[in-house]
Formats: sequence, structure tokens, C-alpha cells
Amino acid sequence: MYEKTLTQLAAALKSGEFSSRELTAHYLQRIEKADGKLNSFISVTAEQALKHAEIADNARAAGTAGPLVGIPLALKDIFCTRDVKTSCGSKMLDNFIAPYNATVVEKLNAAGTISLGKTNMDEFAMGSSNENSYYGPVKNPWDLTAVPGGSSGGSAAAVAAGLVPAAMGTDTGGSIRQPAAFCGITGLKPTYGRVSRFGIIAYASSLDQAGPMARSAEDCAHLLGVIAGHDGRDSTSVTRGVPDYVESLNAPLSGLKIGLPKEYFGDGLDPDVEKAVREAVKVYESLGATVREVSLPHTHFAIPAYYVIAPAEASSNLSRYDGVRFGHRCDNPHDLIDLYTRSRAEGFGEEVKRRILIGTHTLSEGFFDAYYTKAQKVRRLIRQDFLDAFEDVDVLMGPASPTPAFDLGAKKDPVSMYLQDIYTIAVNLAGIPGISVPAGFSNGRPVGLQILGTHFAEAQLLNVAHQFQKATDWHLQRPAFAEEYA
Amino acid sequence: MALEESHVRRAAHLARLAVSDDQASGFVEDLSRILDMVDQLQSLDTEGVKPLAHPLDATQRLRADEVTESNQRDTFQRCAPAVENGLYLVPRVVE
Repeated sequence: MYEKTLTQLAAALKSGEFSSRELTAHYLQRIEKADGKLNSFISVTAEQALKHAEIADNARAAGTAGPLVGIPLALKDIFCTRDVKTSCGSKMLDNFIAPYNATVVEKLNAAGTISLGKTNMDEFAMGSSNENSYYGPVKNPWDLTAVPGGSSGGSAAAVAAGLVPAAMGTDTGGSIRQPAAFCGITGLKPTYGRVSRFGIIAYASSLDQAGPMARSAEDCAHLLGVIAGHDGRDSTSVTRGVPDYVESLNAPLSGLKIGLPKEYFGDGLDPDVEKAVREAVKVYESLGATVREVSLPHTHFAIPAYYVIAPAEASSNLSRYDGVRFGHRCDNPHDLIDLYTRSRAEGFGEEVKRRILIGTHTLSEGFFDAYYTKAQKVRRLIRQDFLDAFEDVDVLMGPASPTPAFDLGAKKDPVSMYLQDIYTIAVNLAGIPGISVPAGFSNGRPVGLQILGTHFAEAQLLNVAHQFQKATDWHLQRPAFAEEYA
Repeated sequence: MALEESHVRRAAHLARLAVSDDQASGFVEDLSRILDMVDQLQSLDTEGVKPLAHPLDATQRLRADEVTESNQRDTFQRCAPAVENGLYLVPRVVE
């Protein structure tokens, strides 16, 4: 069953080939056997999942089931789930049982999908390798000595290994697209505001966005249709209607105008990655698309601007962890300041502390204008680069990451880790959507093609990605690791 | 803009984060490297560019001033480290 995509599983459930209970038990068994080696889950909610699967089967029998009823999936441990531990990969929230559901979780529950558990991640979504988790690093199923990417590394590894057909991730600077690329799966970051942030533990609120990670663009289209839409509980959620993302998947690509940003093919790009991406572009040409070079002149300012804006927002968002209302509290505080400072020092990991300190420093008196205001001005120029490019072309294409997955422990210096996100980070600053699709391999590790569209162009991105997946089979390849537990 | 240990100490104080002497020197080193990278921004002329706070230029939506949430104090206090009679307990603040 694990070989099937979510779309195929939905069809099989509908035709009665197997029940949701059988399917759920199948994946739970795979998790139990394989996840000791991957560490992709922080919590597995087996009992609850089997109970929900039975409800799903009853709904199918009664003829009241929607298309995704009974489909198992996993949630990055950043989505609040009622009565289930929601740790955000941090010691700070190791004891946190969420008292409510994120809107994404409510919507998935209403659609009848079954959560198998919560996936591992970089602490508070800060990282590009999943090595910053309090629960230990996740391994890449294509090569257990490689990282799965981050911060949604557990979600990506679990899907790639066939432990679950799809998972939810979040993306603040590339945290869906880069792990999707590293693990050879499809991951979509929607437009800022397209999916409600309510109940998603906040990192950088003007950049955070949730999206689906699955085996194909078609799978992502089904899931985005469920989770997108306005939510009064998120003040930045947009009121615009949600199109039928599945219906538009089969639109022909003849006449599609593709732009290749020349800055995305420069120094530091792995030759194998470049080759795979250029081959993918040729596939598009054979499907009737035209290709031209474009320029995003402020590309190399995106990482510097991000490392002002994201830590600034994080330092504010993470001030809520005070050891008083929820989360970790130090032993025997002798006064209130001691309670705050020690609870936070004990609860947060190194990278989170670095970002809190950077953010607090750049927002502090005497530095605010030079850093924060300056970065916000640069942010406007970065967004304008994209808006100008989309005057001339429909979509942009390039690599999702300059290299395939790197080795565990290879990047010890924080700045060299930050530079990994060169092709993904500007997208969050601009608020536009992006998708990563499998496009080949480099030394046995997957390569991701990133496709970018203008604000609210998700239907087009999914269509463009789906047509590629009809013409190629990179997305259907599975690591040997997945077959070991067949 | 060179980063001094005093800057790290001030930020740690403002962020209510206990930082030992050993850790402070490590943070000075890491944060200096990050800020050196960030300083590339200064080479860009942004004269006359308006800061962008929100990618969609949206403004805060307003709603009617009505009570929409029910009282869930007991539920929310279940995840608190220390409560008594519906109140959060902290070390004595007023002698």
C-alpha cells in the first residue's frame, strides 16, 4: 500500500480495495519497524489513529465520505493538536499538551484524514538540516549519513520512506521546499496568507506559511484544497476564494513562459544539480513552453535581509515562553527574573538563543534603523524583483537548493548553514508561492526543481508541476530504505 | 558595526535569557559572523524606498468589539507549571 500516492490511495479506499483501518495499521507498522533508524516522528498517536480509521470506514460504508476520508497523514510538530504533545522540536515545549487544534488540523479532521502523529523538526523551525531538534537529528532515507533538510525534515523523511503518504510542513525560509528537495518528494509553500497560521507555533509571523508535502503535485493539490481558505482567527489570512486545484491540473502547457533567473545559476551551484534542473527545463520545452533568462538583481541581499527580519520577529514571538503559563520551568527560582532567565536558558537550544539574541540586538535602541528598517526596505526591493519578472514570464524555475543533501554534521558554522537557503528565502520575503518537485539525482541523493509563481498562483504551480510528473517518473522513485520494510 | 560583549549582555538581559561568561564569548563570535553577513545590506542604496512589513501590503482587519471566546481558564491552566485557585503561581514579587 505504501507504494501508492495519496491520490491512488483515495481511489483504492473508494473502490473498497482495502479499508482505512487496514491502511492505517499498515503505515503504523511501517513506522514502528523503520522509524528507529530515521527518527522522523516525535509522537505517534496509534490508538487515536485506529479509532479515527474505524469512524472513517463507517462513513464510507454509510456513503457519506468525502474523497480524503480515511487517508493517513502526519503533522509537523509545530501544529497544535488538542490533547497531543506539541513540542515544536524544543525542550521548552517537551511537556506541552496543546489545549486546542490549529485551523489546519481542524480542516484536515473535517475532511476525514487520519493523523498518525507529529513529525520531527528543527527547534522552533529554525534550521536547514533538522540537526537542531531537541529530539535528535532525522536521517535521510536515501542515505542515512545525510541530513533530510529542514526545518520540516521529519515530514519529508517520513513521506520519502513510505511511513505516511503525506505530511504537513511549514515554510518560513524554505522549510518545506528544501527538505522536499533533499528527500525526493513534492512540497508546496503557498502564498503568504493562503493557509491560516492559527495554532501554528509562531517563528516569524510575516513569513510563516503552512503547506503540503507528498509524493506528487496531484497529492498536494488535494491537500491544499482542504487546508486553504480564510480564517477569522488569523488576522493575516486572506478572504479570497479557494479555486479547485485538482480541476486545473491538466491544463496544457503550450505557450507557458518560463523564466530562468540568472542569479540562481551562479557560483556555488553544484554541477549535478544544475544539470538536473536544465534537463527538467528541456522537458518543459518539449511540452510547449518557451524559456528565457530573467534577472532578480537583489537575490544576494535576501539572506542578509532575512537574518534581520526573521530573528527580529522570532525574538518577539518567543518572548511568550516565560515559564509561567506553559512550557518548561526551572527548579526553585529565587525571584521572578531568575524564573524567566533560567527557564528560557534551560528550555531553548543554541540556534534558538542565537536568533533571539540577534533579533533583540537589531531591534534595540541605536540599531533599529540600521538593521530592521534597512532590511524592510530591501525586502520591498526583493519583492519588486519578482513582480517585475512576472510581468514578462508566467513562472520562474531553478534549483530548490544549491546542493543535494549534505552529510550529517557537515555544517557546523551557522552562517554556512544559512547560505544553503539562497534560492528559497527570497520567496518568503516576497510572499509568493513555490513548489519543489523531484528532478533527478546527484550521487544517489535527490535533486529538487523549484517552480515559483506570482501571489496566489498555486493552481498554476500545481498544474505546471503535475504536467512534469506526467512526463517523468522522478517523483515515483523510492529509496531502497522504503523497500526494506515492505 | 562591530559587536562587543556588552551588546550580547544587553540583548540577553532584554530577552530575559541567562547567559554564562563562557557562553557569552561564544555568542559574540557567532553573532559577529552573522552580523558581518547582514552588513552587506549597507552597501545597497535604499534612499526613498518604503519599508515593507507585510508581503501583501495588507492592513490590520477590524472586527466588532464583541465577546466571541468562551471562558476556558481550566483547560488552558492544565498545561501551566504551577497554578492555585485559578491563578498562576510565580515567586513572590511584592514583599
